[in-house]
Amino acid sequence: MNIHEYQGKEVLREYGVKVPNGLVAYTVDEAVEAAKNLGTAVTVVKAQIHAGGRGKAGGVKVAKNLDEVRTYAEEILGKTLVTHQTGPEGKEVKRLLIEEGCDIKKEYYVGVVLDRATSRVVMMASEEGGTEIEEVAAETPEKIFKEVIDPVIGLAPYQARRLAFNINIPEELLGKAAKFMTGLYEAFVSKDCSIAEINPLVTTGDGEVLALDAKLNFDDNAMYRHPEIMEYRDLDEEDEKEIQASKYDLSYVALDGNIGCMVNGAGLAMSTMDIIKYFGGEPANFLDVGGGATAEKVTEAFKIILSDPNVKGIFVNIFGGIMKCDVIAEGVVEATKQVGLEIPLVVRLEGTNVDLGKKILNKSGLNITSADSMADGAQKIVSMVK
Amino acid sequence: MGVYLNKDTKVIVQGITGGTARFHTKQMLEYGTKIVGGVTPKKGGTEVEGVPVFNTLQEAVNETGATVSVIYVPAPFAADAIIEAVDAELDLAICITEHIPVLDMVKVKRYMEGKKTRLVGPNCPGVITAEECKVGIMPGYIHKKGHIGVVSRSGTLTYEAVHQLSEAGYGQTSAVGIGGDPVNGTNFIDVLDAFNEDPETEAVVMIGEIGGTAEEEAAEWVKANMKKPVVGFIGGATAPPGKRMGHAGAIISGGQGTASEKIRVMEECGIAVADTPAVIGETMIKLLQEKGLAEKCKTH
Repeated sequence: MNIHEYQGKEVLREYGVKVPNGLVAYTVDEAVEAAKNLGTAVTVVKAQIHAGGRGKAGGVKVAKNLDEVRTYAEEILGKTLVTHQTGPEGKEVKRLLIEEGCDIKKEYYVGVVLDRATSRVVMMASEEGGTEIEEVAAETPEKIFKEVIDPVIGLAPYQARRLAFNINIPEELLGKAAKFMTGLYEAFVSKDCSIAEINPLVTTGDGEVLALDAKLNFDDNAMYRHPEIMEYRDLDEEDEKEIQASKYDLSYVALDGNIGCMVNGAGLAMSTMDIIKYFGGEPANFLDVGGGATAEKVTEAFKIILSDPNVKGIFVNIFGGIMKCDVIAEGVVEATKQVGLEIPLVVRLEGTNVDLGKKILNKSGLNITSADSMADGAQKIVSMVK
Repeated sequence: MGVYLNKDTKVIVQGITGGTARFHTKQMLEYGTKIVGGVTPKKGGTEVEGVPVFNTLQEAVNETGATVSVIYVPAPFAADAIIEAVDAELDLAICITEHIPVLDMVKVKRYMEGKKTRLVGPNCPGVITAEECKVGIMPGYIHKKGHIGVVSRSGTLTYEAVHQLSEAGYGQTSAVGIGGDPVNGTNFIDVLDAFNEDPETEAVVMIGEIGGTAEEEAAEWVKANMKKPVVGFIGGATAPPGKRMGHAGAIISGGQGTASEKIRVMEECGIAVADTPAVIGETMIKLLQEKGLAEKCKTH
C-alpha cells in the first residue's frame, strides 16, 4: 500500500525523524490558510499524488508570498500530472502539501528496503540526493553505501555513523544524521514498511538534517496490525477495478490490452498473460482467483473483467487442483447470466472435476469455445479478437 | 527415493483443526501420507480424521516420533508456528500459509540460523514424492512415479508442468514448491542440490517467475555443479514493472527481476528454457532424447 508524502511525514515525525513543518490542503482557500498558519517567508506548494517525478511535471512550486501560494494552488489543484511513474494518462491532483521552505545546503539519499538475497532489511545512502537511486546504481554504484541490519540488534549506532561518514555528512551534523537514520529504521520496522525512501534528505543553513520528501510503502500482508496506516488509504489513487477485486480477495492488476484473463494461481496467471502475448495478443489484466474460490468469487471476478471497456474477449484458464472445475464453470455461467456476454469467451479447464465442469458449460447454452490446452486456448482467443 | 519425503516419513499437521487443514489432512491421508498427529492449542485430546490432536508441537513430536510438520496456521500466527517447529528440532517444516508479513519472516530466518530444521515455503503448495508421500495442497493424482524432479516458485504452474510430464509418460521423483514470497526457507539451489544427489532423479524442471535474483543465482550454480540436465521456465514476461503480480515476491523493482534477464542468464548457464508454459513437458522430452535419457525416464 502507498500513502501520500504528507502522511509519510506524519509517520516519520512519530519516530523522531525531522521533517519541515507543513499542512495538507484540499482547496485553494485551505492552502492559503495553511501558508498563513505556517507564517514562513517562503512556502512550498506540493502536489500530493502517489507517484514520483512531481517536480519535473510542474507539481512543486516555491511561493514567496500568500498571493503566490494562491496562484500556485489554483494552478496545481485539479491539474493532471503526467510523470514517468503515472503512465501517459497521468493523475489528477486533489490534495496539496503546504510546507515551510528551507535553506538547503546539500541533498542526500537515504532508503530502507528489504534485501531478498540476505533476507534482511538494508539501509542505503548516497551523496547523490535528488537523483533516482536506480540511476545512481546504474551509473555510479560506488556512491551507494549499504548497511545490512540484524533484526535482533536493529540499526546499530556505528552503522548509522558509518553511513553518515561515507556520504560525507558534515561532522558537526553527524549526531543528527545518525538519529535521523535510527528513527527511519524504527519507523520502517514498527509500521511494516516495504520501502522507506527519503530523497532528498537535506542539510540546512541552520544546521538541521531534514526529510524533504518521504516515500513510504507498506507490506499489504501486515496491514491487519496497522489500522492507523489503513486510515491513510486514498482510494482516488487506486484503479477502481483493483479496489473492487480487493474486496473479494481477488488478485487483480489492470493492463492495457484487450483480452481479459481469469486464472487460478499467480504463476499460471502471469504465464497466461505471457502466452497470449506469445501468440500475438495483448492481455487486459492479471487476475488470480486463488485456490479456494467460490462460485460467487468467480462471478465477481468475471464482472470486474467485463467492466473494462477495452476487453474484447475473455480467456478462462483453470488448472483445478484444489479449485474444482465445476465451481469455476458455475461461476462463469452465473456471471454471464447476470451481466450478459457479447464478446468471445474461451475456456480451458483441466484437473479436478473437469468433466463435470465441461458439462455445466455445455448445458448452459452459452456461446463458449472450449480449449484442450493452454496453448490451444490462447491461440483461439487471440484469433477471435483480431 | 526422491527428496525430503518418502513413504515412511511421519508428519504432524500444525493448525489441524482449521477448515483448510482438515480438508487437506483427509486428502493427504488418502494419498497414503503418514499423518501421525496434529497441533491446535486447547484442542488437545480431540481427533481430526482419526488423527490425534495435541496442544503443543513438542508433545506431538514426543508422542509420535514425527520428523516433518506442515503448517496451515493463519498468517498472523504462522511465524510463531515455524519457530515452534524449529524449536522442536524437526528435520523439515513445510509452511503452506500465504500472506505472512515479510518482516516476520526476516525474524524467523534470523532465528533459524545454525538450527537443524529446513523450512520449505511459506506461501507454497508443499512437497510431494510421487506415489509415496504428499505434504501440502497439490492435487495428488497428477503425479506419477518416475525420474524427473520439479522445483518451482508457483503452485499451479507446477501442476501444469507435472501434468504435461505425466500425460507424456514421464513420471517424477519429487515436486517441491518453494513458494512465492520474497523471504523463504528453501531456495532453488537447495532443491537442485538435493536432486543432484538423489540417485533416482535424472533431470530437473525449474520454474521461476519475475522478481528478485534467485533464478540467476540458481543458474550459476547449475553451470558450476549440476550433473543432470535442467529445463527452465520463467513466468511474467509481460508483467509491468512496479506491480505485484499476485505473489508478494513477484515484482520487478528498480529494473531488477525481469523475465528477460533471468532467461538470458539461465540459457547462458546451459538451462533449456521453454518458450511458453505449454511446452515445458515437450522441452524436457526433447532434452532427454538429446542426452539419451528418454528411454530410461519413460515410465508409463
